Amino acid sequence: MIFQPAHKILKEIRERNLSPVEVIQATLEWAQKLEGKLRSFLVLDPEGALAKALMLEEKLKKGEEVGPLAGIPVAVKDNICTRRMTTTCGSRILENFLPPYDATVVEKLERAGAIIIGKTNCDEFAMGSSTENSAFFKTANPWDIERVPGGSSGGSATSVASYQVFLALGSDTGGSVRQPASFCGIFGMKPTYGRVSRYGLVAFASSLDQIGTFARNVPDLALLTEVISGHDPRDSTSLPEPVPSYSKELDSPVGTLRIGVPWDLLQEGLTPEVKEAFEDALEIFERAGFAIEEVSLPHASYGIPTYYLIAPAEASANLARYDGIRFGLRAKGEENLISLYKKTRGEGFGAEVKRRIMLGTFALSLGYRDAFYVKAQKVRTLISQDFQKAFRKVDLIALPTSPTLPFKLGEKVQDPLSMYMSDLYTIPISLAGLPAISIPIALKNGLPVGMQIVGPALSESLIFKASYLFERESGLSNLKPPIVEELSA
Amino acid sequence: MKITLEIVKHIAHLARLEFSEEELKQFYQQMVELLDHFARISELDTENVPPTSGILPLYNVMREDNPGPTLPREEALKNAPEEESGFFKIPTILEAED
Repeated sequence: MIFQPAHKILKEIRERNLSPVEVIQATLEWAQKLEGKLRSFLVLDPEGALAKALMLEEKLKKGEEVGPLAGIPVAVKDNICTRRMTTTCGSRILENFLPPYDATVVEKLERAGAIIIGKTNCDEFAMGSSTENSAFFKTANPWDIERVPGGSSGGSATSVASYQVFLALGSDTGGSVRQPASFCGIFGMKPTYGRVSRYGLVAFASSLDQIGTFARNVPDLALLTEVISGHDPRDSTSLPEPVPSYSKELDSPVGTLRIGVPWDLLQEGLTPEVKEAFEDALEIFERAGFAIEEVSLPHASYGIPTYYLIAPAEASANLARYDGIRFGLRAKGEENLISLYKKTRGEGFGAEVKRRIMLGTFALSLGYRDAFYVKAQKVRTLISQDFQKAFRKVDLIALPTSPTLPFKLGEKVQDPLSMYMSDLYTIPISLAGLPAISIPIALKNGLPVGMQIVGPALSESLIFKASYLFERESGLSNLKPPIVEELSA
Repeated sequence: MKITLEIVKHIAHLARLEFSEEELKQFYQQMVELLDHFARISELDTENVPPTSGILPLYNVMREDNPGPTLPREEALKNAPEEESGFFKIPTILEAED
């Protein structure tokens, strides 16, 4: 039952062939079985989840209205605030933090009847591409437990890929939903900046942060995305435009789309396995009647330096709040306020977070601000304009999600720059604030490869439709990693 | 432009981060390497290009100023490392004059 798509389970629950309690019990049993090997979760809440399922069952018995995700077990990244579970952001500095409120997306999930079974591991404050920067432990890739699941939302991606949950939320600042989705062989959506409320998402780089979604097939992903999207008066950067029903629009015709490929950006870093998988994927689109054209994004290759100046600058300001006064860790025995700040932050933050705070503070400091921070903001404009020009020629842009296959645990932790390069193809899209999905397109050496489909602002519906068409042509959805096959046998 | 260990020490002070000497040297080397790579953006001509600080076409978002429920004091203090009489407690910030 837990290997079924969420939309089928929903139907069974609504028709009373399956009870939410049966679903949650089977899910929890499986999740706990896999947890010893993969470690997706920082917190699991089996009692809370079971209580929710019982309440839902009562409602169903009485014939009361239940939401569009009623009874579906989901996971939430641990940088999204939940009242009933700690929210640590994978950091020692928030190790025991129990938020006094729920994030808007958490409220929306609960109103929709989804059951949050736990909070997932991530790189500390979402800074990283492998989930190895979590202060607590590493998460394994279910396709090869010696490899990283990607990051920073690695726990969410692993939990969905290994069937511990049907759906999960992550956050994507420079690729943190798309890259782990690609590494774990599942679907991941980063909506347009402002499409989903950031209220209750712990801030990293506010002009880039966006909550995103994970699922094992497009219909499930479309449904979850429409549930969490929409305007929120508590986030003034959330967009007022109404949210289309992505899941209902999936079957409406797409026509003949023009798909652009930015070969100029792909000259850098693309490995032969990923290139081959990507070219095969383009052929699938061609067979489906889409026109493949070349587009140019001449400034996109400047994305990494641009992003790693802007995002740390914003982070250095956002993370100033962790000072040991109002919440979180406080260093012991300090009698002077400034030394209390320094010691608390020195003890509480891990190396990557400190590195980014230092970079950001530098980029904003007197004498360097114009040459680094302001310059990067100008290059951001150029990158954004490249996309605007490209979308005058084509409807969507396709490119690989990651230049490489999932790498080994420990392979890149000592070399920050090589870790940063793994976001080469996701970052330009984040800088432009555009919606993008990552979908599985192949298995190479037993490891998944993902492709991004990018559209103009608020084109989520079109992206889902094109992805659904691809999913049906390729048959690459609801994939089962070997560990899942073994343990379910 | 060359950054020095002294500059990195100053940045650590501004960022309110404590480092051991060894950590600081490692960070210094990594920052030199990263900033060297990031300096690539200086080769682009951005003479007449406006900076992007936010990507949305939204300006001056206003809402009605209606009173609503706020966090009760005990909830707001729940996560405080130290509190006293309903306040956050911090170390002395003023030195006594005598």
